[in-house]
Amino acid sequence: MPEVRILKERERQILRKGSGDQDMACEQKSLAGSVSQRACVFCGSRVVLYPIADALHLVHGPVGCAAYTWDIRGSLSSGAQLHRLSFSTDIQEKEVIFGGGEKLYAALSELIDAYHPKAAFVYSTCIVGLIGDDVNAICKRVAREKEIPVLPVHSEGFKGTKKDGYQAACDALARLVGTRSPEGISPFSINILGDFNLAGEIWMIRKYYEDMGIQVVATVTGDGRVDDICKSHGARLNVVQCSGSMTKLAEHMKQRYGIPYIKVSYFGVEDMADALYKVAEHFPENPKILTRAKDIVRQEVQALMPELKRYAQALQGKKAAIYVGGSFKAFSLVRALRLLGMKTVLAGSQTGNKSDYEQLKELCDEGTIIIDDANPLELSKFVKEKDVDLLIGGVKERPIAYKLGLGFCDHNHERKEALAGFTGMLNFAREVYSSVMSPVWRFAPRRGGEYRSSLSIGREDHGQRISEPFCCHS
Amino acid sequence: MLLRHTPKEVKEREALTINPAKTCQPIGAMYAALGIHNCLPHSHGSQGCCSYHRSMLTRHYKEPVMATTSSFTEGSAVFGGQANLLAAVENIFALYKPDVIAVHTTCLSETIGDDIPQIVSKAVEEGKVPPGKFVIHANTPSYIGSHVTGFANMVKGMVKYFSVRTGVKDNQVNIIPGWVEPSDMREIKRLTAEMGVKSIMFPDTSEIMDSPQTGKFEMYGKGGVTIDELRASGDSIATLAMGHEASVPAGELLDSKCKVKLYELDVPIGLKATDRFIKTLSDVMNVPVPESIERERGRLVDILTDNEQYFYNKRVALYGDPDQLIPMCEFLVDIGMRPVYVVTGTPGKYFAARMPEVLKDIPEAKFRQGPQADMFLVHQWIKNEPVDLLIGNTWGKYIARDENVPLIRFGFPIMDRVGHSYFPNVGYTGAIRLIEKLLNAILDKRDREAPEEKFELMF
Repeated sequence: MPEVRILKERERQILRKGSGDQDMACEQKSLAGSVSQRACVFCGSRVVLYPIADALHLVHGPVGCAAYTWDIRGSLSSGAQLHRLSFSTDIQEKEVIFGGGEKLYAALSELIDAYHPKAAFVYSTCIVGLIGDDVNAICKRVAREKEIPVLPVHSEGFKGTKKDGYQAACDALARLVGTRSPEGISPFSINILGDFNLAGEIWMIRKYYEDMGIQVVATVTGDGRVDDICKSHGARLNVVQCSGSMTKLAEHMKQRYGIPYIKVSYFGVEDMADALYKVAEHFPENPKILTRAKDIVRQEVQALMPELKRYAQALQGKKAAIYVGGSFKAFSLVRALRLLGMKTVLAGSQTGNKSDYEQLKELCDEGTIIIDDANPLELSKFVKEKDVDLLIGGVKERPIAYKLGLGFCDHNHERKEALAGFTGMLNFAREVYSSVMSPVWRFAPRRGGEYRSSLSIGREDHGQRISEPFCCHS
Repeated sequence: MLLRHTPKEVKEREALTINPAKTCQPIGAMYAALGIHNCLPHSHGSQGCCSYHRSMLTRHYKEPVMATTSSFTEGSAVFGGQANLLAAVENIFALYKPDVIAVHTTCLSETIGDDIPQIVSKAVEEGKVPPGKFVIHANTPSYIGSHVTGFANMVKGMVKYFSVRTGVKDNQVNIIPGWVEPSDMREIKRLTAEMGVKSIMFPDTSEIMDSPQTGKFEMYGKGGVTIDELRASGDSIATLAMGHEASVPAGELLDSKCKVKLYELDVPIGLKATDRFIKTLSDVMNVPVPESIERERGRLVDILTDNEQYFYNKRVALYGDPDQLIPMCEFLVDIGMRPVYVVTGTPGKYFAARMPEVLKDIPEAKFRQGPQADMFLVHQWIKNEPVDLLIGNTWGKYIARDENVPLIRFGFPIMDRVGHSYFPNVGYTGAIRLIEKLLNAILDKRDREAPEEKFELMF
């Protein structure tokens, strides 16, 4: 079997738990020439901000950046749907030579007149960073003329990784926070940071908190609204999920407004219960909140467990590989899979940092492969080596899993069922079960000796194992 | 109403594109390069570009799409991307072992002014390109043209780098199929073989973007035009270039570089465009049209006439790429439908020249192209006067839902349905499939919405 080559530079971005105490190298730029699964600064900003449904999102650059991000995540809104449109200055050669400032000014003015949005975000793309349009000045001018916040988002693609895009998004959000009066906000109040409502998760989570007697001031940014964000400094606690994207904003609000924050995950039974308890514990002066949280958890878990157990029985001992954007998500997934009786044998992320990977190592079983910024060759090599039953990943991993003949679960943009909360855990179990146990894998060459033989009689490879899941033309 | 923010009143916009009916050049170059055997497309720019293009192509084809990136940083933006590209070339050949790396530029590297051929010669000098392996390139600045232009530029690059004229003609024809699906390429090759003609098709994404499950992850599919075939294209008797925007530039270059006579055709969508393809092939290669193809055509004519009453006078709105829209509109008119709104974001004079002729019997028809010709405009037109059918890519589903118009998915990208990789739209059989789709869309809606007293079993 041809051996997959791991470039020397990449060796320290891969480790096996239990084989020495090698430090994980991470937070590096992808090697030039790699088939990286990573995206850019603009991507980071765009995915974080675009769920704010009553704001205008104008992409200043050539049309591609707007086209590729046109409603790609399917962030759901309970009201305004302005975020579902794709607005672009569609920069042409003329503007590259003479500057795109005028066009940006005209587009912004035109749009604000037409839609009267509550705020506008203007995303700078690579080219804007080069031709030097003064986006700040134009935003300021339009903000003055139209009397709404117009926020530049400095998201030139080449200026770092997706993480830097999160930072740019947080910077823009920070300029909104504190601009409206927080009057009338309950002393028992929170902001939900870092959920993007891709499949209605924010509605479930919001309801849990409200049932506990907590006021949710702003959801940032899933089903988000500008006015709520403007007065979000009136909340008493920030509850942060997806630590990669939103911690910066939470930090800012802590320093500027003295609002503490906690990190939570809504994924999996333990983590979800924890997220409710942690918030309740923050308000000890109102013990009813904790009582209600316990009630909610008890009721939900009672309803959930019998069905979950049935899935867990069937899935006992099956093996999973995880490759996700943020490492925080990976922690929750490892725990949730464990609850389903499954073992995580490979865990990786695009953007984890050193302490994330330390934590991940802690959490995983001996022998688990931990990998940073994996490319498809590496993924398929390890997936084969570990003989996994399920890959959890995003859009670019899905067809790879299917080609290898593995079950797949999208835990990213393209999920269709809410995977957060107690209900979400059941959805997750159902999805994992239906993929891993699907009858179609019997036909897949990798697993399905029984169904492949009839057609290959007389062929040279008949009777041999034809399932070498990795092949590279040499 | 998901697009409740779309007003009915059409205002002239100057600076703004809303809901584009196009995307940028590099993704077209990437798709074209995937149609070369053992080729790895390489995006010379920021990581995001490559990631977006791969994601969109993956969503459309449901296949792993392999491509690499120069991973630009702030440093490369200041000092140029030479170091990145040199490192990339070395890493790619070491790690992924392609026969060809097909580099395309981005708005970033174009504006910085990276000279790709110069960097590639440096890579060759420094021994970073193993013997028998190649690095080709196309300039694809995102702020010029559209995804179609990028496709055309990469196809042109194939001719530029590989086609040679030995002086001895081979009895074969070059076919440049344009930006069509792997299923379409397969179908065009089948028809050509059925005519008894030997052909070289480039690019050819069949057996790459529609590969079977083998239990292996393969970097490169089985298919694709080989380097030897591309070289030999310079000795072919003629080139059939399908689609003015995507294919003709490469065809012209072959003509001037290797004296291979160019025949410009539409993408063979619908009856007449397929007739022109078959006729041209027959004339150029001096072969008769076999009875099997006559009978195939007959089946198409049969289904057309069987169902004419359902098509007659139906109003249709279309958006997409010029090379597809032109023959598709021609076909719709031929079966009695009225393509009343036609929009493409792709610039180019040819569309404006052809459409009046194609739509000459539809006086109420409007067509538009260029930066402000977008799906927002299509929607506004529909709000002013409704249509019976909408034809275009996946993004049309918002309009379809809001206005209760059936959407027939056609073009790129189709991210929410399957079938386009496997069943062609081209040729007589492809046209039969189109008829089936049109008919089903119309009749499904009728069945769904008919009041009880008018609901019928038969049609």
